[in-house]
Amino acid sequence: MSDAVLTLSENVKQAILAEVPKYPEPRSALLMALHFVQAEIGHVPISVQREIAALLGIRPIDVREVVTFYPMYHEHPVGNRNIQVCVNIACALAGARKIVRGLEQRLGIRVGERTPDGAYSIEEVQCLGSCGTAVCVQVNNQPFIENARPDRLDDLMRTVG
Amino acid sequence: MALERYLLPPDGADWRSLTAYRQTGGYEAAQKALHSLTSEALIEEVKASGLRGRGGAGFSTGQKWSFMPKPGGPKPTYIACNGDESEPGTFKDRQILERNPHLLVEGLIITGHAIGARAAYVYLRGEYVTAFNTLVGAVEEARAAGLLGPGHCGVERAFDVHVMRGAGAYICGEETGMIESAEGKKGQPRKRPPFPAVYGLWGCPTTVNNVETISQVPAIVRRGANWFKTIGTPTSTGNTLYGISGHVNRPGVYELPFGTPLREIIEVHAGGVRNGNRLKAIIPGGVSMPVLSAEQVDVRMDHDSLKTAGTLLGTGGIVVMDETACMVRAAIVIARFFRHETCGQCTQCREGTAWLYKLLRRVESGQGTMADLDTIDQIGGYMEGQTICALSDAAAWAATGFLRRFRSEFEAHVTGAKCPLPESFEP
Repeated sequence: MSDAVLTLSENVKQAILAEVPKYPEPRSALLMALHFVQAEIGHVPISVQREIAALLGIRPIDVREVVTFYPMYHEHPVGNRNIQVCVNIACALAGARKIVRGLEQRLGIRVGERTPDGAYSIEEVQCLGSCGTAVCVQVNNQPFIENARPDRLDDLMRTVG
Repeated sequence: MALERYLLPPDGADWRSLTAYRQTGGYEAAQKALHSLTSEALIEEVKASGLRGRGGAGFSTGQKWSFMPKPGGPKPTYIACNGDESEPGTFKDRQILERNPHLLVEGLIITGHAIGARAAYVYLRGEYVTAFNTLVGAVEEARAAGLLGPGHCGVERAFDVHVMRGAGAYICGEETGMIESAEGKKGQPRKRPPFPAVYGLWGCPTTVNNVETISQVPAIVRRGANWFKTIGTPTSTGNTLYGISGHVNRPGVYELPFGTPLREIIEVHAGGVRNGNRLKAIIPGGVSMPVLSAEQVDVRMDHDSLKTAGTLLGTGGIVVMDETACMVRAAIVIARFFRHETCGQCTQCREGTAWLYKLLRRVESGQGTMADLDTIDQIGGYMEGQTICALSDAAAWAATGFLRRFRSEFEAHVTGAKCPLPESFEP
């Protein structure tokens, strides 16, 4: 990651401006705006939070308290592939803990950490709404990886990429 | 009565496109409602059907609609459709969103007519990427076909549907937490009164209904309240989507009438407990609801029957645990969830969820005392009925539910100074 200050790209700015007219108040576009940013650069740094605030006519703190309240937003960089493993009840019953431990060993990092090359990070997440196909794993904001099995970690890593 | 599905397509059928949905009679109910029923008549029909909300609380949908001000008031009115679906064990709305999205759009059009709404905002949990893309596709198709937008379905009033995404916070499934979030804020629930029907989205009158609730409406309009009431029980009418997960052979979502015996759902539809193991515990309606023991498996899955059994129907998300599962570990997983998801506004909830988790961990490790078990019960008591929303109550019910139903197993952790089921799943 370079030290250059990250800014909103023109594409993301246009996507945010297209979202605003759906709501009576521009501020309502904030959650979607943060998703757009994160889809492009992986996290939402303070510099970009300020730009979004200006775009939506709210204070930077209004943006920051939303970024820090919601688990899906990251203020700091995560791995290029942020591997999110559900550890709630249905997934726990199907061996989610073993999957988390297996990923930690394989990647040499703990939950909440990033590999030195920035390629991967591991996160424990709460129920993803896929209990019938536990264990459920999500990479970044891609469609779910369902039916992950602790005894098939190779398969899982191939799908993660 | 023969089982008839009206929410989900048959296996293998693809109803996602407007063309396919129309071939099943889709949007006929919307045309009927908008062109031949007044808003009052529509609300009366839904009231008469006995339809109750499918989001967990089970409130009468028709009654909820009747709390809205008469159309033509000074402020616009809105539908906030709850697709946050974050209650662990619950994965049913996703089936509608991914497999039958036009059913929801049609339900929203009819609901919009009933309450005179300007627009519906469908709030989906941020992780539901496929559901979001599928629903947005359906909305765009409907708009292009004139079913949404100005002059929608050939009436003068404009009505549109917008789909928005949350970002991973369970509390945004709480109706006022969702409204705050949809306004671009932290999802901290509001004090009531005022209720959303008076002061909802952007301070305007708003009806909050779950995705499945709204998706029930087209069938009621098409077939009538009397038909709907023939399905289910007198106080829990219609089909519902039961999600079943955990230690069963065929986990999944099953559309069945209210009142279906829990045993039938587990043994017939879900193929029984895995490996021929013995059934031990069942969470009947998402982890917020107190757990049942195997002896209670003959209970029927409807609001009244489960209340009598000492729990609640909730979302109908059934989690099955077999004899290998440690009940303290199950309680830990759920307590950790609530500790993570408390929004932090109310002291009882913020502190209580943390303490429940800590105490359960201590009991599981074998370091706990009998006094700790009483403390869990006591903290649960402090957390109930004291807070802005029901997250605190749910956290308390879940923990004390496991403790009360499986007290001897908790005590065995204390007296044996270790988990008596070391081969159990890990929390």
